[in-house]
Amino acid sequence: MQVFTDSSPAGSQGSRAPAGDPPADRLLAVAAGREVAAEVHDRVLAETPVLEIDRFNLWYGGKQALHAITMPVPHNKVTALVGPSGCGKSTLLRSVNRLNDLVQNVRITGDMRLSGDSIYDPRMDVIELRKRMGMVFQKPNPFPMSIYENVVYALRIDGENSRAVLDEVCELSLRGAALWDEVKDRLHDSALGLSGGQQQRLCIARAIAAEPEVLLLDEPCSALDPIATGKVEDLIQELRGRYSVLIVTHNMQQASRTSDYTAFMYLGRLIEYGPTTEIFTKPILRETEAYVTGRFG
Amino acid sequence: MNSEQGRPPRRLRSAHSSLAAHGEPLVWLTGGALALAIAMISGLLAFIAVRGAATFWPVPLVELELADGRRVLGEVTGRERVAAVDGREAFGRTLLKTATFEVTGNHYEWFDDPGVARIVQPEWATAVERLEGGRFHGLPLRLVHGDKTVAEGAELAWREFERIQPAVRRRVREALRIDRHDRGVLQRQLRAARLGVVQADLRSGRDSVAYEAAVREEQAVTARVHERSALLDAETAQLREENAGWGFEFEAAGGEKRVLPLEQIVRAWQPNRLSTMGKLGVYLGRWWEFLTDDPREANSAGGVFPAIWGTVAMTLIMALLVAPFGMLAALYLREYASRGPVTTAVRIAINNLAGVPSIVYGAFGLGFFCYVFGAGIDEVFFRSALVADNQPTFGTGGLLWASLTLALLTLPVVIVATEEALSAVPNSMREGSYACGAGKWQTIRRIVLPRALPGIMTGLILAMARGAGEVAPLMLVGVKKLALDLPIDGTFPFVHPEREFMHLAYLIYDVGFQSPNSQAAQPMVFTITFLLVAIIALLNVAAIWLRSRLKRRYVMQQF
Ligand SMILES: Nc1ncnc2c1ncn2[C@@H]1O[C@H](COP(=O)(O)OP(=O)(O)OP(=O)(O)O)[C@@H](O)[C@H]1O
Ligand SMILES: [Mg+2]
Repeated sequence: MQVFTDSSPAGSQGSRAPAGDPPADRLLAVAAGREVAAEVHDRVLAETPVLEIDRFNLWYGGKQALHAITMPVPHNKVTALVGPSGCGKSTLLRSVNRLNDLVQNVRITGDMRLSGDSIYDPRMDVIELRKRMGMVFQKPNPFPMSIYENVVYALRIDGENSRAVLDEVCELSLRGAALWDEVKDRLHDSALGLSGGQQQRLCIARAIAAEPEVLLLDEPCSALDPIATGKVEDLIQELRGRYSVLIVTHNMQQASRTSDYTAFMYLGRLIEYGPTTEIFTKPILRETEAYVTGRFG
Repeated sequence: MNSEQGRPPRRLRSAHSSLAAHGEPLVWLTGGALALAIAMISGLLAFIAVRGAATFWPVPLVELELADGRRVLGEVTGRERVAAVDGREAFGRTLLKTATFEVTGNHYEWFDDPGVARIVQPEWATAVERLEGGRFHGLPLRLVHGDKTVAEGAELAWREFERIQPAVRRRVREALRIDRHDRGVLQRQLRAARLGVVQADLRSGRDSVAYEAAVREEQAVTARVHERSALLDAETAQLREENAGWGFEFEAAGGEKRVLPLEQIVRAWQPNRLSTMGKLGVYLGRWWEFLTDDPREANSAGGVFPAIWGTVAMTLIMALLVAPFGMLAALYLREYASRGPVTTAVRIAINNLAGVPSIVYGAFGLGFFCYVFGAGIDEVFFRSALVADNQPTFGTGGLLWASLTLALLTLPVVIVATEEALSAVPNSMREGSYACGAGKWQTIRRIVLPRALPGIMTGLILAMARGAGEVAPLMLVGVKKLALDLPIDGTFPFVHPEREFMHLAYLIYDVGFQSPNSQAAQPMVFTITFLLVAIIALLNVAAIWLRSRLKRRYVMQQF
């Protein structure tokens, strides 16, 4: 077990923690800007990683949003990222497929490796890199085209034009996203006519169409009603074991239901990272426990 | 709500206390501004529509018998009151379109009410529209052919006239068509052959094989043209022969008798006898002529077909030129250029371009497109025309240069609108596309452009409306008072973008302000304006329809 604790005592009482609770020392230390190393459980380290995040720092202009994140993402497992709003979960996810390149004034140090290939290597072709990943955003963002074209978009831009291949991928992906039965009769209608929940599942179908090595889900259920959320969660269950999934969520039940591993972030730092069952039942740090049980954050 | 001790609970003020909070004054202000704008615009449009549409409606012909015994026949076109002046009482007066210039010496005349003894509407009063000399008003007497009287008396003569006239008119038109178009084609063939000789001379010298061939070709063409020309002569002579001799004798209001050659009569009607359906027939017939015929009598009569053609062609070519150009420029500005002071400066410059007076664009178009670009083209491809008859081909105003000039003029509108539309495309769509592994251009082409298309169309609609109504720059770069050869016709190479053309907006200026007989041309001005507005509206409706279809496809939102 790697434990690098910051020994300097922080304030005596976490002001937001209810009385009688242990003080969230570490979080206060983080808030005070001190270096705090992450608690990473051994079982995470024992997994084969598909994605290795290696001392990754990111600045938006002068403001540092990620601090020395070191975190392996296991192969064919679902990994959940949790943490209070603004702690950098989306930033981390968008760094994985280098979407942050599009934002002005972003500066990074450190690296990430996808199946051993350095993501931030200057020689890395960003377009090829993104083709190896799929991403689903917080708000459904179907493209202004038919359902069919939405699903096969990644293949189309890759130059695939064979009708048979596209048809097959379309059906497989839509089935995979549990949307096939609802839209099979109107594949060539505009995707913008779908309901919000259907749109989100369409975006998932689009993300898995090209069989990505990693699937990045940024709060995929935040815009959905409970039934659609349930469907998406079922879907994640199905993807488990076949895809490596990195999912951001604010919903602790969702994290505990769907993920194999959970990482807790706070103010741009990784605090604790381990198997979901352990994080939710007997985390190493009291701070983590306070957060996942809803007593903090 | 609880309150602290000693302090009364805070109460909301009465709803009526704050007018500003409810925004009532603002509703009235904004509503009023809109109402005023609508009233002004629709007032102007209604004025144009009513005046423009009424021009061709047959108005009754009235005969005034004046106190001094004079009689005049005409259409009432205006009334006004003359105020009382030192001792004289106020009185009304009537403006009469007397026409019949050769008898009355006037086209329009005012008649004071006190001087009018009697007003009647003669049943058989006839308005005759002629090829030359303007309208004639009179009573039909008899139809003649040579020395022979064919039909005597108003009723018989009129019936006979209605029977014969269509054939006469057809022959006149046929002869006119031959003179104007067929002979023009021959002229052009002759010129092309002559230029071929000059070309061969320039290229390979006088004692070359090519030169000999060209000379032989010219001789052959000349022979052929003469032959064909003789045929046409015979044909027109035949047509004129058949029409010659036919005449319609009228008695003008003063009692003077005139024989009008039938071939000179475009149309005649008797408004006082016509039923509503009959009037409608005359009305539609005159509209038809207006829309499909060439102009005559210095554009103040006849049709405006070449101008309609020129307006539509120029507007469409302009749209075709400005759309891709503006879109590419805006794409670069919005999607590729890095944000910085330079981009901002360029953007401001583009916005300022929209405020440059249009005549400046005209001058630029003339100086650059015609004199530099066009002259260059002439040097390279049409040298023979320059050498042989010192005549520029592309080096002078023409449809292409006019369209280009207007494209330049409307470019800022399109760029600004396209930029706006591009920035309205949600970033999440772009990111979704990038996340799928799409490149920048793929994202733009497949996601951004389709989504922005309706907004771009809006810009194009504005640009078209602005371009179609522009006059000043066109006067410099190719619009002419009269240009009957359309830029597309049967002579090789069929499309002639270098030709000068007519334009409705210029026609308004020309007919309204350059016409020797402005009073007679005035109704025509309204009709042309009406037509121009209608054409722009039609183009806009088409574009808006297209836009709403695109919108349904690309911008539908889920709630
Ligand atoms: N484009 C940007 N420019 C500047 N700062 C940014 C930008 N995007 C995010 N940030 C900042 O980076 C920090 C992390 O943001 P991020 O969106 O990653 O948080 P998050 O954990 O996803 O929050 P949430 O749970 O609310 O989505 C925040 O403080 C945010 O203000
Ligand atoms: Mg987020």
